[in-house]
Amino acid sequence: MLYAILCYASEDVVSSWSKAQDDEVMANLINVQDKYAKAGRLGPVARLLPTTAATTLRKVKGESVVIDGPFAETKEQFLGFYTLECADLDEAVEFARELSEVNPSGGSYEIRPVSVFNPTGVAV
Amino acid sequence: MTELAWISSAISVARPQAMGALLRYFRDLDTAEEAFQDACLRALKNWPQNGPPRDPAAWLIFVGRNSGIDAVRKRAKQAPMPEEDQISDLEDAESDIAERLDGAHYRDDILRLLFICCHPDLPATQQIAVALRIVSGLTVKQIARAFLVGESAMEQRITRAKARIADAGVPFETPGAVERSERLAAVAAMVYLIFNEGYSTNSGEAPARAPLCEEAIRLARLLLRLFQAEPEIMGLTALLLLQHARAPARFDKDGEIVLLEDQDRSLWSRKMIDEGLALVDKALRHRKPGPYQVQAAIAALHARAEKAEDTDWVEIDLLYGLLEQMQPSPVITLNRAVAVSKVRGPEAALAMIEPLEERLSGYFHFFGLKGGLLMQLDRGEEARVAFDRAIALANTAAEAAHIRMHIDRLMKDGAVRVPAKKAN
Repeated sequence: MLYAILCYASEDVVSSWSKAQDDEVMANLINVQDKYAKAGRLGPVARLLPTTAATTLRKVKGESVVIDGPFAETKEQFLGFYTLECADLDEAVEFARELSEVNPSGGSYEIRPVSVFNPTGVAV
Repeated sequence: MTELAWISSAISVARPQAMGALLRYFRDLDTAEEAFQDACLRALKNWPQNGPPRDPAAWLIFVGRNSGIDAVRKRAKQAPMPEEDQISDLEDAESDIAERLDGAHYRDDILRLLFICCHPDLPATQQIAVALRIVSGLTVKQIARAFLVGESAMEQRITRAKARIADAGVPFETPGAVERSERLAAVAAMVYLIFNEGYSTNSGEAPARAPLCEEAIRLARLLLRLFQAEPEIMGLTALLLLQHARAPARFDKDGEIVLLEDQDRSLWSRKMIDEGLALVDKALRHRKPGPYQVQAAIAALHARAEKAEDTDWVEIDLLYGLLEQMQPSPVITLNRAVAVSKVRGPEAALAMIEPLEERLSGYFHFFGLKGGLLMQLDRGEEARVAFDRAIALANTAAEAAHIRMHIDRLMKDGAVRVPAKKAN
């Protein structure tokens, strides 16, 4: 069984860390990841930019609407994710719109720029 | 991280919201500050024993409110006065905690807290100092250090500023849409001031002043969280991030200024640039340009250029043109002239800045640029005159040193005669 491990924490607290603190935390996390990556068990690892950089595509009465900010609804659950290389935000919104058109669930797509991406999880 | 570090970080994050709410209850800055202080002391005692609360801000508001009410009651006994004058809504003081958590007020609370610091009677440096004290919770010692003044001088400055604010009265009524947007603009300008206060520095002072830049970025992010659909707040946040990303490359090991075009771009913070670029991208979708967005777009063009030669000066020239229309100012024209010199040559740039001389006669950068352009045009003697003016107007030792370097080069190239006797 492949598992996705999703990280939740207070963005305010994390972004208040100094660079030295942040580097230390990242180094410790990479230590843990590396062990699993070397055993060939770890997939892509990503750290996302803050939610202030997020945009959300939401269906309102069947229409796709682009809203600034992260997905904030608590009645819906996190079901899956994609990563896509884009020249700009418009391309990402277009992809989400295409998905949304064929997705009958009426859910939302949060579009969040990725800050760190490591496709294999092996420490570099 | 240690437990204490976690607690102090949680308190500092919760501070704007908690202080904002306490100010709304007590309508008095000192009472609100004391109440918050008291809540923090209790948090230090309580949180390690009982574990951190789920919502630290709500906890601090609840505890701070009760302690503030006690304090006001005690004071009322000493000097009788109607309690209602001091406490806006005593009757629901005991109401349950949930009411305060719905966030209905909290956006305006934080905005108000920032806005009272922007009182137009206060000089810019006092606005900044008081915002750092009240909103960010920096200690007077930290603020004094960042402003490079003594602690007691800063203490006095803050006390006087707070008295001014108290006299002016706290605008506690919920603002309407127009007023809210005016408040937001004033607060955004103050956040930019805080950043610039930290950014205009020389290398020796840079470590002491960097916290100002970091604090400004934190406040900008906070504003953006509260006003997620405001393209100008996206622009402001992006501008600060893109500028601050260059901090590690701004000074060389001898403390001399390194010009943008000579900076080692591998030292720039990729993380801040990525966030800044994402925000610029997001803001542009709104098609509602404003000065912060345009400045951020200019900073983004610099950030996108891997080498200085790759810089898109044509686009930068256009953006400065747009900025000139939005905010006509000789300083903006001066900045535009830098782009013009790259696109259309030093002669065109010089023609553009010469009419500004009278208005910028006290501005270091005017004479620095003028000297640089004259030097490119092989007008060494005139360049020398402009550089001398620049040195006399330099704000920091690094600025003066940088200009002296140009003069040395002029003299080495034989473009100017070595003065036999120094004129006074």
